[in-house]
Amino acid sequence: MIDLENITKRFVGANALNGVSLRVGAGEIFAYLGPNGAGKTTTIRILTGLCAPDGGRALVGGVDVVAQPTVAKALCGVVSQAVNLDQELTVAENLDIHGRLFGMPPGLRERRARESLERLDVADRADSPVRELSGGYKRRVMIARALMHEPRVLLLDEPTVGLDPAVRRRLWAAIKRIRETGATILLTTHYIEEAEFLADRVAFLDAGRVVALGAPRELMARLGDWAVDALNGEELRTDFFNDRGEAQTFGAGLPGPFSLRRVNLEDVFLRVTGRKLA
Amino acid sequence: MIRGWSAVYYREALILRRRGLKTLASMCVSPLLYLLAFGWAMSGTLDDSPYLRFLVPGLAAMSSMTQSWAIAADINIARFYWRIFDEVQSAPVAPMGYVLGEVLAGMTRGLAAAALTVGLGLAFGVRPWCGPAFWLALALNSFFFASLAVGLAMRIKSHADQAMLTNFVITPMAFLGGTFFPVERLPEWAHTLLLLLPLTHATRAARAAATGATLPPTPFFLLGGAGVAAFVFAVRSVAKARD
Repeated sequence: MIDLENITKRFVGANALNGVSLRVGAGEIFAYLGPNGAGKTTTIRILTGLCAPDGGRALVGGVDVVAQPTVAKALCGVVSQAVNLDQELTVAENLDIHGRLFGMPPGLRERRARESLERLDVADRADSPVRELSGGYKRRVMIARALMHEPRVLLLDEPTVGLDPAVRRRLWAAIKRIRETGATILLTTHYIEEAEFLADRVAFLDAGRVVALGAPRELMARLGDWAVDALNGEELRTDFFNDRGEAQTFGAGLPGPFSLRRVNLEDVFLRVTGRKLA
Repeated sequence: MIRGWSAVYYREALILRRRGLKTLASMCVSPLLYLLAFGWAMSGTLDDSPYLRFLVPGLAAMSSMTQSWAIAADINIARFYWRIFDEVQSAPVAPMGYVLGEVLAGMTRGLAAAALTVGLGLAFGVRPWCGPAFWLALALNSFFFASLAVGLAMRIKSHADQAMLTNFVITPMAFLGGTFFPVERLPEWAHTLLLLLPLTHATRAARAAATGATLPPTPFFLLGGAGVAAFVFAVRSVAKARD
């Protein structure tokens, strides 16, 4: 459903994307992970036509986003990192304008707006001015708006950034429910637990390159199931084990304190790049 | 090619309606001050006719210019502050559709401001003949300045740039475009220079129409031509407004 073929993008003085290639299948939830400045948002902006690639091809549903931008845009729903709702208007008015931008007739606009708001549990705030909503509500309204025209691809750029854990979990549940409609979801995040919970597959992006790609469990299994963290001088050292008992024994044999935990995706990123995600 | 224009226009109209009286009142401030200062306090005659009769059509043209141009500030806020422009750009709306919606919104504001100015003129005892030619001149003037506003709003990089453009382009034009004095009375070289300003042609056409004088077609063609050029510039600017 999404194909990136050797995408490059250069901004003044730096390569934002350096030959990124990946394929996201229909109905998949795909997480795009990386530290700030890795090129995640640039990828989303290229897919949504907000930014032109310098090289390579980007396709959505087989449609080239550069050659046929309006056709490609009609297939996508976008939730940007920044809240881009019209603060002077109500929730319903924001959705109505979105429907108009996508050429939806009046009756359909009203019905889809109601359904989208209900799906995200914000139907009770339809007549509220956006400026009166909390951050969590605004995020949910943005997702509801992006779903209004029933896109085949939903692009979520850091959808839960800045939200408290409880609100974040409610949004995760909503995203899981959206997948049931058959939409393909590409989300960027730097929250490890978000990717682990939501994604069928993840790609790690570092300095404009994909450095690891696969199912979360598959990537983590390459390291083992258990991790032992311990201080080695001034550095934190992490060792990986398949067996809990083996990890426990290893930790007990260390001269200082240690902690035993499950392997996570951050370990994968650390192993591949030598750096932490955040 | 123009798909989405009505959504863009609808949004601007909705916001204009939401702001309602505040916007209408703000549109009256400048013309009212000019009427009080130049028309009333310094009242006199020009070519044996009351100066106010000369001033009101010029002020209507100036108001249509400033309010059409004001769409640039709203576009800037939507683009740099609220990021609403991203939402429009992510939608299947062609640049021409976006420009058409914004330009029509700018023209609506410009013509509303001109109508208010004419209304204020009535309160000061001036009854200009506001026939179709008068409104055509102001509509073409609004078309040019709204198109220029959309195009330049896409080119600038910050709110500060916007303020600078207004200071360097709109403010001098407001004073030199024939609003307050007949440009024909200036030295030949200055007169020729001021004929390069679109507002000069708008004020001349609007004033001639308002006083029932014979109307040459030239100002209308010049304003229309300049408007089309500015519209094309705006479409190209929107198409390039990607990072």
